[in-house]
Amino acid sequence: MKMRFRLVSVSAPIIALTISFGLSSLILLIIGKDPYETFKIMFEYGIRGKSIVSIINRSIPLYISAIAVAVGFKMGLFNIGVEGQYLMGSLIAAYIGAQFSVITPLHILFIIIVAVATSSLWAAIAGYLKVEKGIHEVISTIMLNYIGTGLIAYSLTTIFDEPNSNYDLPRTKELPETGKMPPLNKFFNIEDLQDLHGFLVIAVLVGIFYYWLVWKTTLGFDLRITGSNPIAAKFSGINPKRLVVIAMITSGAFAGLVGLAPLLGYFHRFTIDFPTGLGFAGIGVALLGRNHPFGMAVGALLFAFLQRSAQILDLNDVPKEIEQMMQAFILLIVVVFYEVIRRFLVKQQIKDASKRTDE
Amino acid sequence: MNLAIKLENITKTYPGVLANSEVSVKINSGDIHAIVGENGAGKSTLMKILYGMVKPDLGKIEIFETKVSMSSPKNAISLGIGMVHQHFMLAKNLTVLENIILGIDRPFLKNIKLSKYKSEIQKIMELYSLNIDLNQYVDELSVGEKQRVEIIKVLYRGAKILILDEPTAVLVPQEVDELFKNLRNLKNNGVTVLFISHKLDEVLEIADEISVMRSGKLIDTVANNVSKTQLAEMMIGKSLPKPPARISSTNEEVILKVENIKSIDEDGRTIFEDITFKVHKSEILGIAGVEGNGQKEVVEAIIGIQELHSGKVEFKNNNLMDQGTRERLESGISFIPEDRQLQAMIMDMNLTNNVIIGRQNIAKYKSSLGTVKTKNAIKESEKVISTFEVKTPGTSTLATALSGGNQQKFVVGRELEDNPNLLIASQPTRGIDIGAQALIWEKLRNSRDEGLSVLLISADLEELIGLSDRIIVFYQGKIVKELDAENVTPEDLGGYMTGLKK
Repeated sequence: MKMRFRLVSVSAPIIALTISFGLSSLILLIIGKDPYETFKIMFEYGIRGKSIVSIINRSIPLYISAIAVAVGFKMGLFNIGVEGQYLMGSLIAAYIGAQFSVITPLHILFIIIVAVATSSLWAAIAGYLKVEKGIHEVISTIMLNYIGTGLIAYSLTTIFDEPNSNYDLPRTKELPETGKMPPLNKFFNIEDLQDLHGFLVIAVLVGIFYYWLVWKTTLGFDLRITGSNPIAAKFSGINPKRLVVIAMITSGAFAGLVGLAPLLGYFHRFTIDFPTGLGFAGIGVALLGRNHPFGMAVGALLFAFLQRSAQILDLNDVPKEIEQMMQAFILLIVVVFYEVIRRFLVKQQIKDASKRTDE
Repeated sequence: MNLAIKLENITKTYPGVLANSEVSVKINSGDIHAIVGENGAGKSTLMKILYGMVKPDLGKIEIFETKVSMSSPKNAISLGIGMVHQHFMLAKNLTVLENIILGIDRPFLKNIKLSKYKSEIQKIMELYSLNIDLNQYVDELSVGEKQRVEIIKVLYRGAKILILDEPTAVLVPQEVDELFKNLRNLKNNGVTVLFISHKLDEVLEIADEISVMRSGKLIDTVANNVSKTQLAEMMIGKSLPKPPARISSTNEEVILKVENIKSIDEDGRTIFEDITFKVHKSEILGIAGVEGNGQKEVVEAIIGIQELHSGKVEFKNNNLMDQGTRERLESGISFIPEDRQLQAMIMDMNLTNNVIIGRQNIAKYKSSLGTVKTKNAIKESEKVISTFEVKTPGTSTLATALSGGNQQKFVVGRELEDNPNLLIASQPTRGIDIGAQALIWEKLRNSRDEGLSVLLISADLEELIGLSDRIIVFYQGKIVKELDAENVTPEDLGGYMTGLKK
């Protein structure tokens, strides 16, 4: 029976995927491109070895960002500020991490701690504002994103800019060798391809930790019941204000890890072209994966695949924006079908329960 | 005599459930016809069929001796059938008049002629002797008045058959009398009334004929010359469970002491004040009051959800004032909130998870690592399911899949399992069937006899008088009377509750 429910749950993303492929095909047809050809070249390009490494690398920060968002979602808290939180964390961690050198594991651990602490502090502001001043977290986190972006732009050109650099654009000092995360290529015998970020290991651990935290601990239980029914949660003795602050800080802590995969694995410094938008993309992945660690992993890989494989489109004279439209289609449709399926499953349960009552 | 409604062999199955099985009934025009039955007996399915909300699988419906087939409530309304739901469907911020004409099919809103409607509605009110100020806002009306608005609304739409779903559930005795007076007026003017209830006293008082339903079948239709016991036996199919004789086991030890508490709302208005009472060990203290007179807030203040302006609450001689809700619940207070679905359960979680609610932090469910001890929760929910006869396929069933009575049994079971010192029970048997109610009463009494103190808030005055040792009455945020439950009648209580008696 449980198996049947699982199968039904999985059908939602599959239906969403099919429909969004259909809709994207329609749009391709309208602009005079052959959908079959387009998807074929995307797919062929996407499964090349080089692409696969790139897809995994792209999916790591997406996945962690989704987890950061999901922690809030689980209790009905919308942390739209993962974007600002991870950028702040990455900047401070990149700056402080470049000031000294110790053995690699310690150095990386230190960088992680700095990033996590910075991001959760930044997120805590929104938590404080909600609890003490009644400002909705969606508003405050969006505003904090703007403030964060401004602060980063300013401080990167002034305080944190690499001294005596002859590089045009502002950037922090490069991390010393001990602060760089070694790639995983040698473990997979793919040393001829580009670096597979070592942060993959941490992403997997983060996924496991997230699962444990939300589904196994009493804190996670409190988060989930608050998300399902805040009134009953309050009557059960949960202090909602305290929980909001805890959830916000936890979400921010995960957010702190988002920027570390590109920082430690590739950029090795914070620059003006450090990847942005990961915080917003994480919201979509969390929705697609229904806040489940496994679902979000699949969602992150899917989005990373679409992003990577769309790179080939420009060369074939197809606008690569079609990929962004596909992502949006998938999200819109999947939200609808999750609800349809959820109602179906509840109905099934009611039927089962009443059958039992009849006997 | 003419027939208003004739149902023949109505059958409706939902997958796995036979909701109505070959129900045949004849309802005379101009009668007050009651339909009684436990929750889940099929009353509401039958009413939904009559009101066009559900289509029967089989069977024939005749309205005023013409065969009909209804596909929507709109259909039913055009045939002269109107329904007053248990939960009123009124817009609070509109006037009575606006509410009555709301939704009437007129294409150009800007041409609404309120005065024209007003005179039409007043004619109807005169005809059936229903009084209400049409210009008042619904917000300002009492529950009984709101119900009257619903009735006028339905009559104005031309209803000749009025279906009332549990109309007295929300009323105090005086309002019930008023309602019955109105129903008799309707009857004298040729309206057929279909009255759904499980309160047998009321049914016997008002109905001309009574149909009894049990597990989807119509057991019998009888004239109103049966006894309450006979009716009840037809309804549950066995002899009524008798409440155990009251043995007053009250002892002098004070468990809960509430001293002079006062609370004010955001606008600075007093919600309640001067509230002082004690609950002794092994005592059930009943709280009577019409909804909205501060009693709900008082119990919420005791568990720490409602903030206090002044005063003090002591539990087992410990001051509760600087403790949060969680500490209070863990120190031996159990709480059954009035709305189980909203306040006591997480509907989309299974029973194993629901048994933990309110106890997340006790050692039984929380390991030293901070994880949930699921095994204990499964064991505990199994125990609750078996001792409280909760009908469910298992512990992994979602709470929402259970019927109301079973949900409530589960909540009461959960709150009694850990042998608390004090149980605060708010409407513990509201809206559930007789079987579940009897079980909960029995468990409450047994626990009381074993030393539990209970603070009981109930709108069911029979229940309040039957279970309590003492009763305090709330009116306008104050305690107006303390009564010995032994010699008090529902009418007395109703008088104090509505401020008629002092």
